[in-house]
Amino acid sequence: MSPRNASSETMTLFSPQLAARFDALVQKYPAKRSALIPMLLYAQDEVGYLSDAVIAEVAERVGITELDVRNVATYYSMLRFKPAGRFNIQVCTNISCMLLGAFEIYERFQEELGIGHKGVTPDGVFSLEEVECIGACCWAPAIQVNYEFHDEIKPELVPGILDGYRGRVEILSDGSLSPGWKAQAEEKASDA
Amino acid sequence: MPRLASHPDEVKIVSRRFGMGAAKIDRYLKLGGYASAKKCLEQGPDWIINEMKLSNLRGRGGAGFPAGMKWSFVPKQSAKPKYVLVNGDESEPGTCKDHLIFLHDPHAVIEGTIIAGLAIGAKVGFIYLRGEYRYLLEIMEKAVADAYAKGFLGNNIFGFDTEFQVITQTGAGAYEVGEESALMESLEGKRGIPRIKPPFPAVVGLYGGPTVINNAETIASVPHVIEMGGAAYAAVGSARNGGTRLFSVSGHVEHPGVYELPMGYNLKKIVYDVAGGIRGGRNLKAVVPGGSSTPVLLPEEIENLGMDFDQVGKAGSMLGSAGVVVIDDQTCMVEFALRTISFYQHESCGWCIPCREGTDWLKKSLTRFHDGFGEAKDIDNIQYLAENMLGRTFCPLGDAAAMPTLAFVKKFRKEFEDHLNGKPCPFAKHVELAVI
Repeated sequence: MSPRNASSETMTLFSPQLAARFDALVQKYPAKRSALIPMLLYAQDEVGYLSDAVIAEVAERVGITELDVRNVATYYSMLRFKPAGRFNIQVCTNISCMLLGAFEIYERFQEELGIGHKGVTPDGVFSLEEVECIGACCWAPAIQVNYEFHDEIKPELVPGILDGYRGRVEILSDGSLSPGWKAQAEEKASDA
Repeated sequence: MPRLASHPDEVKIVSRRFGMGAAKIDRYLKLGGYASAKKCLEQGPDWIINEMKLSNLRGRGGAGFPAGMKWSFVPKQSAKPKYVLVNGDESEPGTCKDHLIFLHDPHAVIEGTIIAGLAIGAKVGFIYLRGEYRYLLEIMEKAVADAYAKGFLGNNIFGFDTEFQVITQTGAGAYEVGEESALMESLEGKRGIPRIKPPFPAVVGLYGGPTVINNAETIASVPHVIEMGGAAYAAVGSARNGGTRLFSVSGHVEHPGVYELPMGYNLKKIVYDVAGGIRGGRNLKAVVPGGSSTPVLLPEEIENLGMDFDQVGKAGSMLGSAGVVVIDDQTCMVEFALRTISFYQHESCGWCIPCREGTDWLKKSLTRFHDGFGEAKDIDNIQYLAENMLGRTFCPLGDAAAMPTLAFVKKFRKEFEDHLNGKPCPFAKHVELAVI
């Protein structure tokens, strides 16, 4: 588990920046609870997934029970309760993408990475997901890697896309791994 | 960055500023931005609603409800605060128009939200974007911050004694949240399940207050309606269908893209002229006219079809979100139906039993069919299931799954029959053949 950072008043799991953002977020809406879904997503972006500790802290910040947080979180497909890869590859196979070869692209990613739907590579760098329409139908076939769109891709472009992201992991591992990556590495270490 | 398409037949109103750097507020102002909001502050709510009614601007999310009329339903006096809610949860397969609006013209969304707020007497507007659109949310957030810095949002907007705040919000992956009542639930921090209507959101909406909910394209059109005048905007389109529409043309065409065309523009021309015809010299098999929930049309049905809510409705389909998906003659319609239904099965929120069970059984039946294990009676069963979902759910997701299914079975029955008795899919490319 990542070290707890001291925030202004309470102990928090999150970075000082994110904790400050959350402090502001609960004040932003007519009802505090409206901050819940953005908070879960931003927490996941930083920690990598919605761990029990993340859910507990978010529940406390919003002022609802952990059960209530889980009840909402399980509804939304982008929220996850297990770590994904540092780069989560989401291949849209919905109709517009399917017509232009999305299944071939999805298969190529499966072959290159050796994992299937919601799988994570052993080194934790990549995870793969077949997803529903991502709103890039006119630029099909399209994928999203974390939040980045790649439009009009072909199966033969897949290895190059993966290499591009592998390169970014090396830069990150040079002293500045993202917390999402860190959480996962730590969990691996504790499993071993 | 997504490629911008263009064609000489386009009438650029909503997309006028695309590719012109209008996400920067100074550029937006140079291009005439925020003049409509100022004009509305001077003219007042009755004038705004009248112009909106004259414009025949109908809801771009898919239902096609006249926006001016929707605004006029909001009670003038209300004990609870009123709200404007902009629906940017764009998730209907085949639709990617709001993507470009948020990317190229975020201030038009803010300006439209201000005008809607002035019209109904709301002090707060929410702009909700689907979670996958993170980079677009960041563009919107920057635009909102810039509008606050200029005094266009806040306690005294444009120096008038009028307050208006804008709050951006992210979703986290859910098609159902595009339905207006589920959208309100999501914004209130809950599971996105629909509410029963009535009461309609105009009376009891967000946090229990009267709420106007409009699609992002509708809202982005509002400043242009004000600038042109309602009557002039209406004149661009066809009867009872004012203005233009952003058509997301995708699938087997030479030039897929988002094209802005007048309401009532011919669908055949969209496929063959605007989008350059069918890819690789193949032939047209079918067209989905308005996103994956709209019943599929055959080539002969698009010949004289004007793309507006009324004409497409008369042809037995719907204009929906104007996501035109073009399908060539090498496509298996059973597989296309299966992929369409798999989506609705995945996205059904599970609240209403006909939708939850219906989409699941449709997916199971179609999977079995496409795997070669279908039986003749399954074709009728699929039809029976779909017919019994129609109109029996809180929200239109059940209908969105049932309507296209009925059209697939009715119009492509022969293709279903070709899959019977363990016959391999005639178009099989990547399907695991289930013949033993």
